[in-house]
Amino acid sequence: MTDTISLPNSLRSQPDASGHFGQFGGRYVAETLMPLILDLEKVYRAAKADPAFEEEYDYLLKQYVGRPNPLYHAARLTEALRKDAPAGKGAKIYLKREELNHTGAHKINNCIGQALLARRMGKKKVIAETGAGQHGVATATVAALFGMECKIFMGAKDVERQKPNVFRMKLLGAEVIPVTSGSATLKDSMNDALRHWVSNVHDTFYIIGTAAGPHPYPELVRDFQSIIGKEIKTQMMEAEGRLPDMLIAPVGGGSNAIGMFHPFLDDTDVAMIGVEAAGEGLTGKHAASLAGGASGILHGNRTYLLQDEDGQITEAHSISAGLDYPGIGPEHSWLHEIGRVQYMPVTDDEALASFQRLSALEGIIPALESAHAIAAAEQVAPTMDADKIIVVNLSGRGDKDIFTVADALGVEM
Amino acid sequence: MDRMATRFAACKAQGRAALITFVTAGDPTVAATPAILDALVAGGADIIELGMPFTDPMADGPAIELANLRSLGSGTKTAHIFAIAADFRARHPDTPLVLMGYANPMLVRGSDWFADQCKAAGVDGVICVDVPPEEDAELGPALRSAGIHLVRLATPTTDAKRLPAVLEGASGFLYHVSVAGITGKQQAAQANIDMAVQKLKAATDLPIAVGFGVRTPEQAAAIGRIADGVVVGSAIVDLVGSHGDAAAPFVQQFVAALSGALTANSRETAA
Repeated sequence: MTDTISLPNSLRSQPDASGHFGQFGGRYVAETLMPLILDLEKVYRAAKADPAFEEEYDYLLKQYVGRPNPLYHAARLTEALRKDAPAGKGAKIYLKREELNHTGAHKINNCIGQALLARRMGKKKVIAETGAGQHGVATATVAALFGMECKIFMGAKDVERQKPNVFRMKLLGAEVIPVTSGSATLKDSMNDALRHWVSNVHDTFYIIGTAAGPHPYPELVRDFQSIIGKEIKTQMMEAEGRLPDMLIAPVGGGSNAIGMFHPFLDDTDVAMIGVEAAGEGLTGKHAASLAGGASGILHGNRTYLLQDEDGQITEAHSISAGLDYPGIGPEHSWLHEIGRVQYMPVTDDEALASFQRLSALEGIIPALESAHAIAAAEQVAPTMDADKIIVVNLSGRGDKDIFTVADALGVEM
Repeated sequence: MDRMATRFAACKAQGRAALITFVTAGDPTVAATPAILDALVAGGADIIELGMPFTDPMADGPAIELANLRSLGSGTKTAHIFAIAADFRARHPDTPLVLMGYANPMLVRGSDWFADQCKAAGVDGVICVDVPPEEDAELGPALRSAGIHLVRLATPTTDAKRLPAVLEGASGFLYHVSVAGITGKQQAAQANIDMAVQKLKAATDLPIAVGFGVRTPEQAAAIGRIADGVVVGSAIVDLVGSHGDAAAPFVQQFVAALSGALTANSRETAA
């Protein structure tokens, strides 16, 4: 498809003025919200041009989040894969340690940025949707830090399944609102967050957790998460004196992946793989919007969606609650369509195996989301020459997932 | 004059606002919908809004959301909705019919396909909740070339600077969403509605209909004194929710009360 689409000089210059990445993105919201998101765009442009905004963001990332986090050479994982690879094969694997951030995942990078924007707009209340609770905890954390009132919308099923995170959010001073509408999962918590927002636009800021939603959210979330890719560039030059050959990241909505990829989009020698959740397999229940979906409109943007022939949204499934969403950020849809990034499905079982292998080999328990990316690296590394370098985004830590994994493995705790 | 303009003109001639009623297509079933639509007309509805169910109706409150889920749960497909519309048009040649819903089900087969289906089924207008003027290219051009009205929404957050963009390409009528919120929940203060409608009337010749949160004949009457149309949705949908397949007579009785309240306005004016 690449030759039929006219590409901009830089792949890093998207979206266009109206918020589109090719045919994707845009602003598909109710009229009530339009003035607010136009205002948000103005505020964001002003913030981007304001050195004081960047200074405060950088300060908080360093002193509060703990950045930069390490780029770690996973020697034992590399060696284990080389053992079974053909002679001379087996790329060197590095892990970007986002799981070492305060609150245990990449989510906080974005929440800090959006809370700073909320403050600039004079909003004293923030809301967010959450699946497993990671984005909810990160939002509740920054709300506490900034002294803002915080409501977290969470599917009733997830409230029941993720009690530790629900308690964390409450400790941090947030109100957790169980969502019983629809299928009571992540997409429904986003619906209810939008319903609350539209009714409280005058004083409430919606901290969207991924690089999706109406423009300018996909752009600003990407920009706040781009710290991941920027750090990798610097750290890799220090460690190896060159750029990596391949980047691998898990993709639900895709904020950690776009944050990792975006600074490298114009580096044509750097290949990229986004890993979608294939659940029980692409012929069964899954959450792979690119592999198994089609272009459509949901939650404020045009993007690839899991849907039926009438445009009704179908339920996603993944063992990883963070990937359990029937859509994907619009920039990923565009990068998929122009062929700049390859997207690869990984099943629940493959992710479970990698969850255990990384824990045992490196002493790092990855989030199930990140375990999808590890699984992809395990498949790809043995096909690459041993002098090639892969960086995997270890987007979150797996403590939150131990109950799910134990359950899937049939272990009584 | 087309069906929509004719109906607004007729109501104006009678000195009253048009009664615009909403139900969700296929709620509770495809088979039960025609009788409910007939009940709306028999009760005195001037214009029918037929909701296209969607799995994720994020601008709707609990009443209409549940209606969407009931409809989809009983197997409603887009083809059924156009069949319901076409049959309605055959039974009621003079009553304007407006499809209301979300972008994805409307655009999944392309906007031209959707506009053609609307035209073939005798649909007069379309309200799409999540296609604002900024994304008009997705839907507007196809509807306009098929001669279908694109009814736009103005809200309490639509300020004077933004209103021209909303009005550009709007037709049929202008739907004033009286509260910043979702359907069927809060209710706007009458003074705010009066002020908003006056501002909108100064900016356009399109009829102004007011909706969101209108639940009683008294409210309808109060709004009808200033607006050209009053939209009632959730209160009717609640009746369908509680009476199911047997909802038609309850719907007709309630719509008759709404209609009576609007007609009483015209007698007041005449006296």
